[in-house]
Amino acid sequence: MTARRLVRYGSLGYLALILIAPVGLIFWRAFEHGFGTFWTAISNPDAMHALKLTLEVAVVAVPLNSIFGVLCGLAIVRHRIPGMGIVNAVVDLPMALSPVVVGLALYLLYANNGWFGTWLNEHGVRVLFAYPGILLATIFVSLPFVVREVVPVLREIGTEQEDAAATLGANAFTIFRRITLPAIQWAVVYGVVLTMARALGEFGAVAIVSGGLAGRTQTMTQYVQAAYENGANETGAYAASVVLAAIAILTLALMTVFGQREDSLGHRGA
Amino acid sequence: MAIEAHNVTKRFGDFVALDDVSINVESGSLTALLGPSGSGKSTLLRVIAGLEVADSGDVFISGKEATALAPQKRGVGFVFQHYAPFKHMTVWENVAFGLKIRRRPKDEVGKRVEELLELVQLGGLGGRYPAQLSGGQRQRMALARALAPEPEVLLLDEPFGALDARVRVELRQWLLRLHDEMHVTTIFVTHDQEEALELSDSIVVMNKGRVEQIAPPGQLYDEPANEFVMSFVGPVNKLDDAWVRPHDIELRHEPNGSTREAQIERIVRLGFETRIELVRDDGERLYAQLTRNEAEELELERGDIVYVRTRKEKTFSG
Repeated sequence: MTARRLVRYGSLGYLALILIAPVGLIFWRAFEHGFGTFWTAISNPDAMHALKLTLEVAVVAVPLNSIFGVLCGLAIVRHRIPGMGIVNAVVDLPMALSPVVVGLALYLLYANNGWFGTWLNEHGVRVLFAYPGILLATIFVSLPFVVREVVPVLREIGTEQEDAAATLGANAFTIFRRITLPAIQWAVVYGVVLTMARALGEFGAVAIVSGGLAGRTQTMTQYVQAAYENGANETGAYAASVVLAAIAILTLALMTVFGQREDSLGHRGA
Repeated sequence: MAIEAHNVTKRFGDFVALDDVSINVESGSLTALLGPSGSGKSTLLRVIAGLEVADSGDVFISGKEATALAPQKRGVGFVFQHYAPFKHMTVWENVAFGLKIRRRPKDEVGKRVEELLELVQLGGLGGRYPAQLSGGQRQRMALARALAPEPEVLLLDEPFGALDARVRVELRQWLLRLHDEMHVTTIFVTHDQEEALELSDSIVVMNKGRVEQIAPPGQLYDEPANEFVMSFVGPVNKLDDAWVRPHDIELRHEPNGSTREAQIERIVRLGFETRIELVRDDGERLYAQLTRNEAEELELERGDIVYVRTRKEKTFSG
């Protein structure tokens, strides 16, 4: 066997063992007793509520982080604002910090006797163990992805095209819409996809601030954990996992398709 | 005057890019900003376009104060060194950009774009993307795009810098013809003295952020204002304190009162021109440019001792 083959089959075997086998097992276990059982498990009201809550959080967190990500990327690359170096470093914090720590920090901040919690409590706003808390945790952990995708592309395209548009009479908004945005659009798409994956899959930070009440504050990942822990609803756990895994696989497939299209048009680096 | 810059100074941190620079550019002329890299020529062009804001000084375009005006409002066409094509737009869309922004009627845009594409010899290539064009085609597209909104002045930053030698010569001729037809006041930046001498009505020689001399090409060559201009524009030998052009050096086989002895080190034949590299008796090196006929008549050989007479020596005080 040549060395090249060894590398090829070695890496494929490793991938199969580490990645494919566990995910495949989930699918197998979920559909083991047929599609009917899977459907019953997933259409259970608690599971449906968890899915709905997860999507409701993602639908707000992803656009917010995308808009922030693009603006923040522009600020970091295009404008020499003092302190932008610090912002650039701080944006990575959610990547470095364990989600559990993020959850704990939010808990301390918004608990009834916390810094913000005391005031919010007096005004009847509930953050912990409710939608706002889950949303905050999700936004926190999925913050850096769009920024990280957009910044290198903005650096690479430089300012010449934007300058050219300015000399041709385009105002700042037109330049952004017609020149900058089309140039970074695939980076934004990548970033949005990654943000979405993280928002749907987040467990640690959300687990601490949501309380995980079935049918009320339980997200999809928490539903999986609860269903499995009880032992009573293993099929439910597998079914919910399959939904999460399916979304992830769909996301990856979309990324691959976008990636190929980008290459064929030669938008990046051409 | 179409373009005036008065006492413009621009610093980037500690680096002084422009140091009290003033120029006047006549309406309809073709002016070169010539200088080595880092001399401030591109910065001056960007200040005129409004892409850089000067720390002090004023800019006037067509008699109107433009110092504080945004680039959008200056009526300036700018061609960037690497053309800055809009990569996600076709050639047609690139050229139409400035017109569409001005919300010109559709059929007018279509007509003007077709005209311009013909003018820059890109007719029929409107549907291509910039990545599918050659360097020279991309450059002409950038020119058509800059000309589309009918700018009062055209600014070109190293327009031929990124092209190979043959395309460069072709495009120079073409730009000259285009300028004769359109009569748009044009300033171009170059570090190539030959390009400046060939194309321009007037040359602004810059060095270290300052203007060294402003003159028509012939005058610049014959009457350089200082050592920098003498050495930067045209070939030159430095002999002791004097400067002399290689074509102002005469070689003969016999000495007379005013000649110096030198030995031929190398003979280079460059088509019509023959270059003789010499070492003088005091070790000073110099070279002479002769026509091929002159060189043949003298029957020079490598290693020969010859006698050198200089015709137009120049010395500069200071």
